[in-house]
Amino acid sequence: MKTLRLFLTLALLAMTLYAQGLDPNSIKLFQPLPGTWPTYNGDYSGRRFSELKQINANNIELLKIDWMYRIRGIGPQRGVGDPVIKSTPLLHNGILYFTIPDYIFAVNARTGEQLWQYEFKDEGGHLVGQRGVGMYKDWLYFESPDGWFISLEAKTGKERWRKKIADEKQQYFTTMAPLIVKNHVIIGVGGDAMDVRGYLESRDPETGELQWRWYTTPEKMGDPGSETWPDLDAMHHGGGMTWMPGTYDPELNLIYWGTGNANPVFAGQSRKGANLWTACIVALNPDTGKLVWYFQPSPHDTHDWDNVETPVLFDATINGQPRKLLAQAARAGWFFVLDRVTGKNIVSKPFTGTGNWAKGVDAKGQPIPDPAKEPGVDGTMIDMPAMGATNWQPPSYSPLTELFYFTGTEGYGLSYLYDTSPKPQGYGGGSGGNFDTRASLFAMDVRTGQVKWKHTHAGGGGGASGLSSGLLTTAGNLLFAGEFGELLAFDPATGKPLWHQRLTGNVSNGPSTWMLDGKQYLIVGAGDTLYALTLAGKTPAANNNLSSNK
Amino acid sequence: MNMREFLGLGPAPNPELAKKGEPLYLQNCSGCHGKDARGAQAPGLTRMPLVVSDYKGENMLPALKEGRTGMPAFPQLSKEDVLNISQWLQLQVELAANRGTYGGTYGNLRNQVTGDPKKGETFFAANCTTCHSATGDLAKVGAKFPQVAQLKNRFLWPTTPGPAKAKVTTADGKIVEGRVKANNDFEISLTDAQGNYHYFQRQAVKVEIEDKLTGHRALLPKYSDADINNMAAYLVNLK
Repeated sequence: MKTLRLFLTLALLAMTLYAQGLDPNSIKLFQPLPGTWPTYNGDYSGRRFSELKQINANNIELLKIDWMYRIRGIGPQRGVGDPVIKSTPLLHNGILYFTIPDYIFAVNARTGEQLWQYEFKDEGGHLVGQRGVGMYKDWLYFESPDGWFISLEAKTGKERWRKKIADEKQQYFTTMAPLIVKNHVIIGVGGDAMDVRGYLESRDPETGELQWRWYTTPEKMGDPGSETWPDLDAMHHGGGMTWMPGTYDPELNLIYWGTGNANPVFAGQSRKGANLWTACIVALNPDTGKLVWYFQPSPHDTHDWDNVETPVLFDATINGQPRKLLAQAARAGWFFVLDRVTGKNIVSKPFTGTGNWAKGVDAKGQPIPDPAKEPGVDGTMIDMPAMGATNWQPPSYSPLTELFYFTGTEGYGLSYLYDTSPKPQGYGGGSGGNFDTRASLFAMDVRTGQVKWKHTHAGGGGGASGLSSGLLTTAGNLLFAGEFGELLAFDPATGKPLWHQRLTGNVSNGPSTWMLDGKQYLIVGAGDTLYALTLAGKTPAANNNLSSNK
Repeated sequence: MNMREFLGLGPAPNPELAKKGEPLYLQNCSGCHGKDARGAQAPGLTRMPLVVSDYKGENMLPALKEGRTGMPAFPQLSKEDVLNISQWLQLQVELAANRGTYGGTYGNLRNQVTGDPKKGETFFAANCTTCHSATGDLAKVGAKFPQVAQLKNRFLWPTTPGPAKAKVTTADGKIVEGRVKANNDFEISLTDAQGNYHYFQRQAVKVEIEDKLTGHRALLPKYSDADINNMAAYLVNLK
């Protein structure tokens, strides 16, 4: 009888836990709580650093695959081939939620057993990626490829409502993971084939109604920023997509977002000027959608260099002063460190080649593009890959090493201008070749912008395609990254490879980690399969998930 | 990969109807909207949401029948005429939005020779003749790569298809040579000339991987854009 009562109590406890929704106020700037991964980046900072250290540099040899979940029965997706997991799974109350375009999966985090699967029938849009769901209380939020913003019940995957947020017929598409800040669901859009205008929206988590919309280009001539455009037509067809989740500082009450390249993409002749606020890092008030400051890593972009790479928030001491900082490794090939209160620049430095598309930096620390290095009819070469030196893959910052980590590519690239008319449209050009392309894992000194160490794959980097994963650092003195079909662990201080595990494909998302029942899990997606790894053959020591946040 | 499918563009424009639509557009619409429909005194049409989402003329028909603010009605245009015009406009959208069509539209542009072959010859003589000869290995290279853009890619970075050659020396001095199969920070595997498979843990062996591109790598930071165009102008004439 006593046993039965205990069982009932536990069952009730489990049910209670299950029914307990995610309170956005429980999400911290730094650190997911040990048994959670409540946002795309795990916390609001985008550091992708975990205090967990049950899995650590001393026992990494014991890290083994615990379970695998393979996506089955979906087959090739329109225009892109077999399913690829680019989303970082959310973990709440022992359930993982992850996505591919048109699909959401809910899986038992301890076993890999599927609870439910949600399928959406799209009528257009790109299936190039899906970054994941957002969660608020008992609800999930998801973007379909063709511009639907959908709320679902987390318990069942049943749809609650949907709202149209972008028109796929105009070539918008929607892939990002919603970011939930207080009672705001913040969602962005993608699409640069047809010179549409980028925007970021905040919507009510209960009703889906619009709270605010912030356009990435000014509204009318004469408004601040319009001086960087020749006319209204160019400004309203100027691009600047918002296709990656941003970060948030609760104390400053600012969200930080990267905006995409300007349009027409390679043909800049009809949009002379810096083209604000495309290819920027912007700080907005999440309650009003008002711009507080901006910094532009690729002014007047003509190379398709979306500046959507995660703006990572961290605190560090600079010249004896404790500072609130933001760092970004930009697709334009430069590394930036800013004061996240003011947007004032601390570091601007090319990490690949010499940054020869720019003639230097302006007073704000922003690169000054060299018109001679814009795409030309007979090709213009720059000393970095034409399509960019890094991309959306999540970077990481460790407060233990005070280094910023990302996957970057070096080499040379030729870019061409095709549409020479005074009113070009669409891409209007393209990248025509990449030479001596080498992908590496970079560790940056955040005070100087110097490369502290760099790890190039033993095969010579072999192009950029094999280094397609995001990164994770942990207090176990580990840095996790994917390389050509393997998951690797590195010493974050030196870049020495410590451990590797072959998977069935290239790591395709950002690895994440959390603790359940005293066991630390490492979660990583590779193509159509999600892997959970744990320490095998050894009872984990108790209480080693506690450590002070430096 | 089918770019149109990837982009999720709507129904493809009908080229036959578009052909019939072109003169109708030029006669009735181009005066205000521009010959290329990208705007003149009236707004451009190819990025207008009403036109972009108008797959069969269904949006344009009422607008043309009744007119719009600043635009007169065009009652003389039949339903069929409007469909044909819509197909020509959809084709203009396609040519801008679908980068899979750029090769066809701009292929000739990418083929133009703008450099000075004399200067290209000088650059070649100064930098390339240790390994290459215009009458030897590169004789007729211009015929092999008739498109200038392709030729540029070839001389800038002539990636050779197929796996690299590697030489592995074991701790006891044994040497194995072959084509690389797998190669990472921990392991290397090779297939030798006889087709045998070899696997090594890298920590226990010395690995040398053939690099034929040292000269090309050293040149990449030296080229100006003019050097590249001059070299292309010189090499394309070796036929």
